[in-house]
Amino acid sequence: MKEQGTYRVKKGMAQMQKGGVIMDVTTVEQARIAENAGAVAVMALERVPADIRAAGGVARMADPEMILKIMDAVTIPVMAKVRIGHFAEAQIIEELGVDYIDESEVLTPADEQYHINKHLFTVPFVCGARDLGEALRRISEGAAMIRTKGEPGTGNVVEAVRHMRRVMDQIRQVLSKKEDELVDLAKVMGVSVEMLEEVRKEDRLPVVNFAAGGIASPADASLMMQLGSDGIFVGSGIFKAANPEKVAEAIVQATLHYDDPKVLAQVSKGLGEAMPGVEMSTLTSADRMQERGI
Amino acid sequence: MKIGVLSVQGAVTEHLRHLEQCNVESIAVKNRETLQQVSGLIIPGGESTTIGKLISIFGLADSIRKRSKEGNLAIFGTCAGMILMARDISDGLPGQPSLNLMDVQVKRNAFGRQQESFEMELQFNSLDHPLTAIFIRAPIIEKTGSGVTILASLPEGIVAARQDNLLATSFHPELVKDLRIHQYFIDMCHSLSS
Repeated sequence: MKEQGTYRVKKGMAQMQKGGVIMDVTTVEQARIAENAGAVAVMALERVPADIRAAGGVARMADPEMILKIMDAVTIPVMAKVRIGHFAEAQIIEELGVDYIDESEVLTPADEQYHINKHLFTVPFVCGARDLGEALRRISEGAAMIRTKGEPGTGNVVEAVRHMRRVMDQIRQVLSKKEDELVDLAKVMGVSVEMLEEVRKEDRLPVVNFAAGGIASPADASLMMQLGSDGIFVGSGIFKAANPEKVAEAIVQATLHYDDPKVLAQVSKGLGEAMPGVEMSTLTSADRMQERGI
Repeated sequence: MKIGVLSVQGAVTEHLRHLEQCNVESIAVKNRETLQQVSGLIIPGGESTTIGKLISIFGLADSIRKRSKEGNLAIFGTCAGMILMARDISDGLPGQPSLNLMDVQVKRNAFGRQQESFEMELQFNSLDHPLTAIFIRAPIIEKTGSGVTILASLPEGIVAARQDNLLATSFHPELVKDLRIHQYFIDMCHSLSS
């Protein structure tokens, strides 16, 4: 008998994306460029994070018609974003048949206390996290994949680096603790002891962990992979660049050969102007998307 | 004897861990030099369009084809790996790169999208009891040539097959604890190298 939507099947989908690049796209043409460049999936959005930031106001899930067009246009998996806690948006997106839902801080949160109960869905979810506590709380809620939050739409990798380093450092802490010290650590991190035991059993975060939020160049992708990411999300970094095709291909190849400076130097050549970046100190607390949904 | 896992994209570490548990020396294959060291190669699940493109760009596709033709390399493809090994992809992208090794025609995403992905107990020819098979946006084999042995089928189509030194499954034995399919492939590699 076939069993659909088991946690293994959801988590397995993310395992098949490892070492790959997932790209934000807003049109059918962009989706095709991403697929041709070797993206492992596309995230269908109405606006890339840099434009959401510029537009202000309430950012909601994309128009289903636009998501369906992108699903028709490419053969690779299609993801879509819903607001944190907005399970009705998630129900609608699931109905469309998308392959993965991102419960994302890039959109305006719909619930300031609760995230979506992701166990109730057949479609897998990815969620953002700034530290191990956030990551494990999202996994407890049923997330089958984690990504760093970084600071979306800035083209500035500094926050993604901070979040990846923090998660890795906290995993090392969990692994080095004595068994009877786990209860206290669980209290500090705001997670269950069982989740920490899961980390110890797997010797890593129990699900696939991608980097996201500010990655804009092949060098950024390599940096995040060398810090231990399983793969890369690129939001605004591709289609806000002067030459999206070239940047897309270069980031895919840099993610594969992240530890080979010779290839990295080659693919970094002549990419044209990168997306304009944002310095973190110019953002007010309200501008910082990473503080949503913790 | 060493077995490699093509380390371009996808479930690489899962296969390496299974090989280790079978007490076989294993290595991640990312370039032509490491490919030369192995008697067997696993092409893991991932996105076939991504893996296909990258092994063509970096010259691995030609080397794999060459060693397979020489008859001194056993290859095991899971999911995307099966698609890459197939002679025909019935719904491939125009110009989708393929290794063109096995005399089968495959269909990508044959069961549907991720929400139709599933797990089930599957009868595998030559194993005495069923195994748990996980299918993720999985392909099927629609047609086989005369030298191909069918190892497992579902009503939708063939999900495991062998042709000489080539083994392909639609499902992911690297995602379950059962090591029997990996052991089956290791036995293939042993008989090839002896």
